[in-house]
Amino acid sequence: MSALPLLQVRDLCVHFPVRSGLLGRSVDTIRAVDGISFDIPRGTTVGLVGESGSGKTTTGRAILKLVPATSGSITFEGRDITTATPSAMRPLRRRMQIIFQDPFNSLNPRLPIFNIIGEALEIHFPELAKKDRRHRVAELLSKVGLKPEHMDRYPHEFSGGQRQRIGIARALAVQPEFIVCDEPVSALDVSVQAQIVNLLQDLQEEFGLTYLFIAHDLAVVEHISDHVLVMHSGTIVEAGTPEKIYGQPEHEYTRNLLASVPTLA
Amino acid sequence: MHPATTAHTASLWSRFWSHGSARVFFPVLLLLYLSALLAPFLAPYGEADQLLSKAYHPPALPVWKNGQLQVPRLVLTNKATREFRLDTQNPWAPVSLFAKGSPYQWLGFIPCDRHLFTTSPTERLYLLGADSYGRCVFSRLLYGSQVSLSIGLIGIAITTVLGMLLGGIAGYFGGWTDSLLMRVTEVLMSIPGLYLILALRAVFSKDLDSANIYLVMIVILSFIGWSGTARVIRGMALSLRERDFISASRALGQNPLIIITRHIWPNVFSYVIVSATLSVPGYILGEASLSFLGLGIQDPQSSWGLMLAQAQSIRVLVSFWWMLLPGLLISLSVMSFNFVGDALRDAVDPKLRLAR
Repeated sequence: MSALPLLQVRDLCVHFPVRSGLLGRSVDTIRAVDGISFDIPRGTTVGLVGESGSGKTTTGRAILKLVPATSGSITFEGRDITTATPSAMRPLRRRMQIIFQDPFNSLNPRLPIFNIIGEALEIHFPELAKKDRRHRVAELLSKVGLKPEHMDRYPHEFSGGQRQRIGIARALAVQPEFIVCDEPVSALDVSVQAQIVNLLQDLQEEFGLTYLFIAHDLAVVEHISDHVLVMHSGTIVEAGTPEKIYGQPEHEYTRNLLASVPTLA
Repeated sequence: MHPATTAHTASLWSRFWSHGSARVFFPVLLLLYLSALLAPFLAPYGEADQLLSKAYHPPALPVWKNGQLQVPRLVLTNKATREFRLDTQNPWAPVSLFAKGSPYQWLGFIPCDRHLFTTSPTERLYLLGADSYGRCVFSRLLYGSQVSLSIGLIGIAITTVLGMLLGGIAGYFGGWTDSLLMRVTEVLMSIPGLYLILALRAVFSKDLDSANIYLVMIVILSFIGWSGTARVIRGMALSLRERDFISASRALGQNPLIIITRHIWPNVFSYVIVSATLSVPGYILGEASLSFLGLGIQDPQSSWGLMLAQAQSIRVLVSFWWMLLPGLLISLSVMSFNFVGDALRDAVDPKLRLAR
């Protein structure tokens, strides 16, 4: 493995204060993420599994600084970004992106697809003229399996799977190296899930992308990941290769999680 | 525009138009605003053209006689009770259409002197009677509507933009920005409206000309009005900012002000349109109260509130009913905005209609 992992997370904590009373004093904290550490080597996929409320999504958002980290550090290519200001983060935002779980929530219903994907280009490639931007959006749409003429339509005209493809195209627009996939297939039909997972794998191969793949569906994670993290109540209870996690789970929680998967047998 | 959007807009319009009250009151509003726009042309006389000998002249309708439009000529018989009778020697005065009359500047800069109908300067056609200076009430209503109706639209434009901006900022950023802005709106909302209007009016000099007073009134009414819009927009922004498309924009490093204008505003727009329509009456009434109390538009300029101020005495109310017409127009326009706003709300959000 090459020297430095693309992303290093050390002792990351994300706590949310519970406020109450007239002055909004903090009376309690919710420890959504409570001291987790892991590395993501360049070009690999790290799967993050756990039940709802285990802190997976918060972890993904904290890496992109969509929620503030309480303590710990996040290092991208050896650079500590935990305390980076929004302007210092800006060039990095071109290199790390996110795909969301709910394709009905992740696209602004009032904007046509061109504006949704074009926003990414506007921010990070301001030198592109509108014509070039349309050209680039068309290119991105065909890359994710949609038609270029779809760019003037609105989100409500697409199915869930198509919307997820649009979300992927938006993330790809800035040519990132690292993408947080926050349960990208859990809201989709099973047949569509496979298409999206395959698309993500194809794109990874083509662009050498690095993924943090968050899911509660164990089968999908096993299929796509090089390394799996099992999260429970804000901590990582077990980590290892998919073969190890799925073959010889060590932790009680992992065993329960695996046992809870319904089978046809 | 894409077909789907057009279809959406079309169904919005058809839902709006299928509403009974929209069919009645939307044309009423259009008519009122159109006549305000064309006021100097539609009015036979200028707003300050007075003829003291014909003070409190009753309304008189023109008739078609001898191949031209004529109006009965009345002469004063009793100075105390202002009784008029037909002038038997010379009973008819001609009314000319599209004739030259008192000069005016249309839209404030196009010089013009044509009127839809008028008479020679010594004669008068009082469609809706005359006031205490013998000025044509019909003409003054038209001129007054320019003030009374425009103040609502300008005021609402200012407060809506202000409310959307400050509410968007408060809701999107949250934290102390939110607390600060919301405490300000609470202070503004906790003072009874009329007292606040009067207190703010007292800040400015009493002796301003009508153009300045017009601006002062807009400033005062907008200053009071933005808080309601801001509070609602803030609530909507609070819920919208948790949606993933806002997170996506943040993950791209988008400027917060652009997130507010591009992602939050379009999603609150339907609410804003409805609430703006429903708040226009507040401005019309605000202007009317200020002018009625003598703190607004000053004579010889006219506004509906100011005209109504002349109808305060019992004697005027009993003998000269036409002096109450400005009140009727105030009610009509306020009512129209309320009904059109209701229809718009039902069209924008059919769910609300079922919940009622």
